Amino acid sequence: MEYFLQQLINGLTLGAIYGLIAIGYTMVYGIIGMINFAHGEIYMIGAFVSMISFLVLGAAGITWVPLAVAVVLVVAMLFTAVYGWTIERIAYRPLRGSTRLAPLISAIGMSIFLQNYVQLVQGARVKALPPVISDVIVLAQRADGFKVSISYLQIMIIVLTTALMIGFTQIILRTPLGRAQRACEQDMKMASLLGVDVDRTISLTFVMGAALAGVAGVMVTMYYGVIDFYIGFLAGIKAFTAAVLGGIGSLPGAMLGGLTIGLIEAFWSAYFSVEYKDVAAFAILVLVLIFRPTGLLGRPEIEKV
Amino acid sequence: MAGAGTPPSDFKAALGEAAAAGGIALLLTLPLVGMRTLETSGGLVIHPHFADVALTVLLVFLGRLGLVLIEAGRGGAVLAAAAAMVAAGWLLPFPTEALRGIALAGGLVVALRAGLALRSRHSTLTQAERDRRMDRVGARLQDASRLIGPVAVLFALVLPFMPFANRGVIDLGCLLLTYIMLGWGLNIVVGLAGLLDLGYVAFYAVGAYAYALMATTFGLGFWVCLPLAGIFASLYGLMLGFPVLRLRGDYFAIVTLAFAEIVRIVLLNWTAVTNGPVGIAAIPRPSFFGIADFTNSPAEGHLAFHQLFGLTFAPVHRIIFLYYVILALALVVNFFTLRIRRLPLGRAWEALREDDIACTALGINRTNIKLAAFAIAGMFGGFAGAFFATRQGFISPESFTFIESAIILAVVVLGGMGSQVGVVIAALLVVGLPEAFRDLAQYRMLAFGVGMVLIMLWRPRGLLAHRDPTILLHLRKSARQQQAESEARG
Repeated sequence: MEYFLQQLINGLTLGAIYGLIAIGYTMVYGIIGMINFAHGEIYMIGAFVSMISFLVLGAAGITWVPLAVAVVLVVAMLFTAVYGWTIERIAYRPLRGSTRLAPLISAIGMSIFLQNYVQLVQGARVKALPPVISDVIVLAQRADGFKVSISYLQIMIIVLTTALMIGFTQIILRTPLGRAQRACEQDMKMASLLGVDVDRTISLTFVMGAALAGVAGVMVTMYYGVIDFYIGFLAGIKAFTAAVLGGIGSLPGAMLGGLTIGLIEAFWSAYFSVEYKDVAAFAILVLVLIFRPTGLLGRPEIEKV
Repeated sequence: MAGAGTPPSDFKAALGEAAAAGGIALLLTLPLVGMRTLETSGGLVIHPHFADVALTVLLVFLGRLGLVLIEAGRGGAVLAAAAAMVAAGWLLPFPTEALRGIALAGGLVVALRAGLALRSRHSTLTQAERDRRMDRVGARLQDASRLIGPVAVLFALVLPFMPFANRGVIDLGCLLLTYIMLGWGLNIVVGLAGLLDLGYVAFYAVGAYAYALMATTFGLGFWVCLPLAGIFASLYGLMLGFPVLRLRGDYFAIVTLAFAEIVRIVLLNWTAVTNGPVGIAAIPRPSFFGIADFTNSPAEGHLAFHQLFGLTFAPVHRIIFLYYVILALALVVNFFTLRIRRLPLGRAWEALREDDIACTALGINRTNIKLAAFAIAGMFGGFAGAFFATRQGFISPESFTFIESAIILAVVVLGGMGSQVGVVIAALLVVGLPEAFRDLAQYRMLAFGVGMVLIMLWRPRGLLAHRDPTILLHLRKSARQQQAESEARG
């Protein structure tokens, strides 16, 4: 029971990170119907930017943890947002209205480019950062000494994710930008006829998704402490799995999917085998697409001729 | 057309736009390029590279300024400046070679555009113009392929005996032909049936491991294992196809990618059978159709290749033989594709690619037809995998990562889906060029990614897009005639 509780906490933390990345996929897919293959790389860049910012802050002597974390979060969101905007502007916007395949190929090319760019400028070796927050709260203790603990970091990740989720849901539901996004999602041509600036709306969607991936990058840097240029690929596919699982285009669905994938991965590693945890995640993707292609919270897609 | 006398306000606006581009470049490069993290004994430290950042920002600023000024009609001045830029890029010292490359390439592009602008009074071709031009080239090539095809095959046949053909050239030929074969195989799924398969490397892996395991465990020869490897890969295709083929479009693509990753992870972790990350070594080389071996000292009662033909022993014999094996395999795939397009199955693929709902309405069994495409393409992938295993003599899961799938897909898509000649040209570009520039190995994949994006931007349908139906109901016309007619109409 204690072991189970510990895995539940770990799984929720992992799931929160996947969920944040998944939101980027789901928003972009919802609005222009393409898989932003380079999204995982944005998350990787967010992790690198946050690591660099922690080092700079450390060198500057800012050691009060809440301030440092807040600064790093803002910095990472800013830089990943710029990356998101630029990628959309360079690689996707010229291809809008082209064949369905072209943006996907362009996105794969962009993903390969970003991976190798980071490898070139930052080196291929694994980077390790000492933990920033390491205090834990012990929740329960078993007779044989096994402790169930939740770290302050895990609490921070879960609270921050919840806050961001609420905030973004409110943006989508209540602001003019969110209204424009929902309009573009339904019918881009009609929205532009009614005065919605479609290009700007799509750009902002990419910016929002990228900023959330940046936050996920900060979290993973603090949580695992080791990053390299290749972490974006797997995390990207898993987050996409989460988006599909939750029902693509649905914000709460992305979060739900992320949590499910995180929990499955945590429990699978704990009770079966660590080696095959990725297989478990992919198997879920395949099963969901076969038996419930619309995902948990998605609406069925109408076939148009 | 602002003409020669550009008002100063235009110049100011151009400066502003260029500054914005420079600012974006600053934000993009400041943390990642400017602050390199280095591992030291005392943990990570930051090593500043701010000169690189400043130079990048300057280059982006100048490039953007040049482009905006061309639009404003200052082509001549920009041409001169860009030429000076290229010269500077050539002569001046740069902190890294990558920056020199950016300076040179950027200067050339701006100069080219300025030159175009001076000639035609507008700097970029519209998408439609570009498409029309490339369509014309494509149609001409398609016409010419009746002529080019045999010539190319002839060239490939005599290549090993050319005076310049040393071991390296033949090895490169083997590599290119492997990718051409894989490209033609994937073309059946992507180009003909219109299914985006992001996990073609899985078939390749299944074929390679099937051959390696059968050869090392049961001691079977290459020529027995080759068809078996094809059958195994084909079975894998059927197994994967049943659940997956109901999906379409992007979902299909992602699921094939997920399956390929599953295959790779299983190969990596099923140590008892696949030897895990260590891989399988000492895979037997092929014999000369089971008659003779390529060895200097044949086993008792066996004949060696050089004895059979009365030659002196040379290790290159085996490489030439491997070259002909892969050439034959690739040509089989090509011939098969060309013929099957005229059969009901091939026509059904093309119809399905254009509109699968209409196909279903006409009574074509969507799943079976797609499954056939998958199984056949998988078989060819399996052949290529078996060949890869026997050529390398060593395989490990490292060789079957997603990037391999991406390269094969790039060969198909950049060449223009459905075009057999396009695959060859794209394979030369995508695989041949990086091999030729081995010294710049660290920039290889970087350039590969950029190239993929640029070709898509420049020509979204691929270099030689060819989507004409193979069979027409009425009079058959050559592609060029059709082109001329459609131009006359539009």
